[in-house]
Amino acid sequence: MRVELDVPKCVASGQCVMAAPDVFDQRDDDGVAILLEERPGEELLDDVREAVAVCPAAAIRLVEG
Amino acid sequence: MVAGASAAGLAAAETLRRAGYDGTLTLVGDEPHAPYDRPPLSKQILSGEWTTGRLPLRLRADLDALGLDLRLGTAATGLDLTDRAVCLADGSRVPYDGLIVATGVRPRRLPGDGRAHVLRTLDDALALRERLKPGCRLVVVGAGFLGAEAAAVAWRLGARVTLLEPAPVPLAHAVGTEVGQVLSQAHLDHGVELRTGVTVTEVTGGGVRLADGELVEADEVLVAVGSLPNIEWLAGSGLRVGDGVLCDEYCEAAPGVYAAGDVARWDNPLFGTSMRIEHRTNAAEQGMAAARNLLAAPDARRPFAPVPYFWSDQYDMKVQAYGFLRGHDEVAVVDGDLAERRFVAAYRTGERLTGALAVGMPPKAVRAWRQAIAGGTAWPDAVPAAGTEAA
Repeated sequence: MRVELDVPKCVASGQCVMAAPDVFDQRDDDGVAILLEERPGEELLDDVREAVAVCPAAAIRLVEG
Repeated sequence: MVAGASAAGLAAAETLRRAGYDGTLTLVGDEPHAPYDRPPLSKQILSGEWTTGRLPLRLRADLDALGLDLRLGTAATGLDLTDRAVCLADGSRVPYDGLIVATGVRPRRLPGDGRAHVLRTLDDALALRERLKPGCRLVVVGAGFLGAEAAAVAWRLGARVTLLEPAPVPLAHAVGTEVGQVLSQAHLDHGVELRTGVTVTEVTGGGVRLADGELVEADEVLVAVGSLPNIEWLAGSGLRVGDGVLCDEYCEAAPGVYAAGDVARWDNPLFGTSMRIEHRTNAAEQGMAAARNLLAAPDARRPFAPVPYFWSDQYDMKVQAYGFLRGHDEVAVVDGDLAERRFVAAYRTGERLTGALAVGMPPKAVRAWRQAIAGGTAWPDAVPAAGTEAA
């Protein structure tokens, strides 16, 4: 599975970092999300699904492939 | 069944599926649009920066993958708690084993026969955007977060903006007087006229009428004076309603019935008080929590105890706040400088740190305050120099 992050949509809430700290971080200056792991391991996918669900900008997708 | 197809309702539906529920799942929404995001309405949609194509919360394929009985453009009109069924505006009746109420809020309006905009739905935002031309005189009634955001965007589009606010200091009840003054100053610095302590009694053909009889002329009027929970459809159902659907700490309103999002008033054990939160992040979090509790065994349910979070974009300011600021006893500036519009303010309620609001600060740094609030940190530990800048 692959994570897609729509950077221009990000509102810097940091919700993804709290849900999946191994997959996301925030830029220091403006808080915009950074994707640390484009293809996270199986054990992280639940965290990523949580991040997809809580992102207030609907900026994250988890896709096949 | 989930009543309400916006952020909370969608989060609930997705969580039900993720948690393994594979039975019939009906999602009804009164708007004709597939679930979309509301915060950009008063920001990128109003400014024209984004097209509406960027608003859907999920791609069509992702929505389809949920296998929903999706009924858009169809309001829920009645609830039968005894027979466990919801009546819809098209005359149909949907039986349920479990129900999540996420019917949201609608804008308060003002009396009068003049034409006035509100800003809640996509259609509202597009109607206002269509009218905002350079030089047009816009009166915004209400200088809360929504009114302030819309005023800032309209100013950027070249409109001549007047903000009318009944309170002496906008937002003071929510964020405190000093912070409210800082946020207000941004309007004045940008040439937006801000009139405080004025009450609008009606919208007329040519503008708005104030309580003292004065007519404030306008080409367009935006009314942003708060919202009302959509609970009328539950009248007579036996479900407890008041300012929202009244729920316990699990977001349960009646056996098998939960509520989430703007419409839900629940007991938040982290703050020891009942609250109804109209924030985008809460909609998703509460939709998820309600769905999990609906499916859980009674002793496996978990109280919904979030630290609320919201953000607001006004002019070049980014405002972020964690916690429950309303009813606070004290505000202390703990970082930065109010006058520079770059600061963190901490909020005390009782003996505890209950909130933090930041303007122009790096979001990552502000997040530390969330942890301190979630941990119920005692005020003197959170703010060692407390008391020096009380508001």
